Amino acid sequence: MEETLNFIYQYREAIFIIILSIFLGIEVISHVPAMLHTPLMSGANAIHGVVIIGSIIVLGHAHDILSLSLGFLAVILGTLNVVGGFVVTDRMLEMFNKKNKKK
Amino acid sequence: MGTINDSILQISYIIASICYIVGLKKLSHPLTAKNGNYIAALGMGLAILTTILFHRTDGHAIGNIPLILLALAIGSFLGTLAAKKVKMTAMPQMVSLFNGMGGACAALISIMEFPRINPDIIAESGMMNGLTLSILLGLVIGSVSFAGSMIAFGKLDGRINDSKISYLKIINIIGIAAIIAMIVFIMFQEEMPSMTIVYILTVLSLLYGISFVMPIGGADMPVVISLLNSFTGVAAACGGFLYNNQAMLTGGILVGSAGTILTILMCKAMNRSLMNVIIGGFGGSAAGSDEGVEKHIKEITLSDAAVLLTYSQKVYIIPGYGLAVAQAQHACHDLEILLEDKGVDVKYAIHPVAGRMPGHMNVLLAEADVPYTKLKEMEEANAEMANTDVVIVIGANDVVNPAAEEDPSSPIYGMPIIKALDAKNIIVIKRSMAKGYAAIDNNLFYHPKNRMLFGDAKNVLQKLIAEIKAM
Repeated sequence: MEETLNFIYQYREAIFIIILSIFLGIEVISHVPAMLHTPLMSGANAIHGVVIIGSIIVLGHAHDILSLSLGFLAVILGTLNVVGGFVVTDRMLEMFNKKNKKK
Repeated sequence: MGTINDSILQISYIIASICYIVGLKKLSHPLTAKNGNYIAALGMGLAILTTILFHRTDGHAIGNIPLILLALAIGSFLGTLAAKKVKMTAMPQMVSLFNGMGGACAALISIMEFPRINPDIIAESGMMNGLTLSILLGLVIGSVSFAGSMIAFGKLDGRINDSKISYLKIINIIGIAAIIAMIVFIMFQEEMPSMTIVYILTVLSLLYGISFVMPIGGADMPVVISLLNSFTGVAAACGGFLYNNQAMLTGGILVGSAGTILTILMCKAMNRSLMNVIIGGFGGSAAGSDEGVEKHIKEITLSDAAVLLTYSQKVYIIPGYGLAVAQAQHACHDLEILLEDKGVDVKYAIHPVAGRMPGHMNVLLAEADVPYTKLKEMEEANAEMANTDVVIVIGANDVVNPAAEEDPSSPIYGMPIIKALDAKNIIVIKRSMAKGYAAIDNNLFYHPKNRMLFGDAKNVLQKLIAEIKAM
């Protein structure tokens, strides 16, 4: 019990961020029209590519050949997630914008 | 305490977090969506740049910069290339693929960070600490997301067929129990365990990811991708917890919760619960109640269809996956323009789960320059169905199946449908009498009001256009 309380106290800031972000995430997208579901999913997909920061930190402090190569791979994968995600989303949304101008 | 470097880094992370939130918010409105995407991307770029420049671990700056830049360049090049080259119809599997990359990235981080858990913490409280938990969760969730996304990609791309192996569900339960047991086991170790157990956990998670997605039908892949998307978000947040990195934490959790809500919205559109999608899956078991009754279908000739359409006042087009497969969106738009010129009111009725992803039809029709004011959502279209002279069902099946309303034994019973039957005439353009993704028969096709136009959607539409023009 005491350990649990300690744990919560120790990580109180992270826990705060997590709880607030959960509500924010729900609130932000709850009124999205169905036609934007796919681009929104794709955009969210790009945002979780933020995991790339972790891979940069790992690679930035890697020394042996194994962690260098794994870190290198991780950064490539993370970049694919970020860049691919945003470009795909942009392409989808381009379709919507094109007709807006015509109108 | 804080150095200038730290301050700059933290401020940039705050800005990045705001960018994600504003970006997501703008992404949920059609007019601002494109800007929303740019804003989110800008925030991401800022977070990456400042991490490289200002991040310090115990005073050590980020090293191996050339290697990092090379990896960024390779990833950007391949990512842009893949994203630019992919056809609009293949967008869903592309999202799945990129999602898998993020999951794999999170898993790799965990594998590398596990042996580096601060020995002081282990000496104090053994492996039972927040760092170990976040590393293990990042590893498991990332691996499941990676393996699952690859299977979802394979299924949507037609490389992997649906498997109806029933014992996979039991394997899944055993799998998840084994994964939890291993996490608990590692957490209760007094000392740093060997990496072998971490590798075993990784393999187990990968296998679980495969067997988790394998029994779920291709039609449910959108829901699965959205779910895996939120998984990867959580895996990224685990990394944020590990590094005490606020940008990763907010970004990951935002996607985790937004993704979960999106998943639930999609399930609601099909009137099914998430559990039902994951555990149930559409089975071939319920075959419909009136098997064996002789049914007749009527075909319509192209010229009859052309006359019927030209002299209608109001026409609704109901597109489905068949339209995407045949790449018939441009032909469809041409038909719409032609009919509008003849004074016919043409609109599109979009079922929320038509195609392989919610919004799939919208994106596809947008590609063909169909104005989005012409795209009506299901409720709105249903309200107008009774005044509609002709509905043209193009490559859609389950979303117009009256069994969803009439037949309680049907696996899709309860799913809201577009009430094509309410219209005065129905024309179904379809390649064959093959069943839809739910693998059940559709009584709409046998209804007296309905007539079939067999053939590839694009081909049929082009012939129909020629026929109308010749009139």
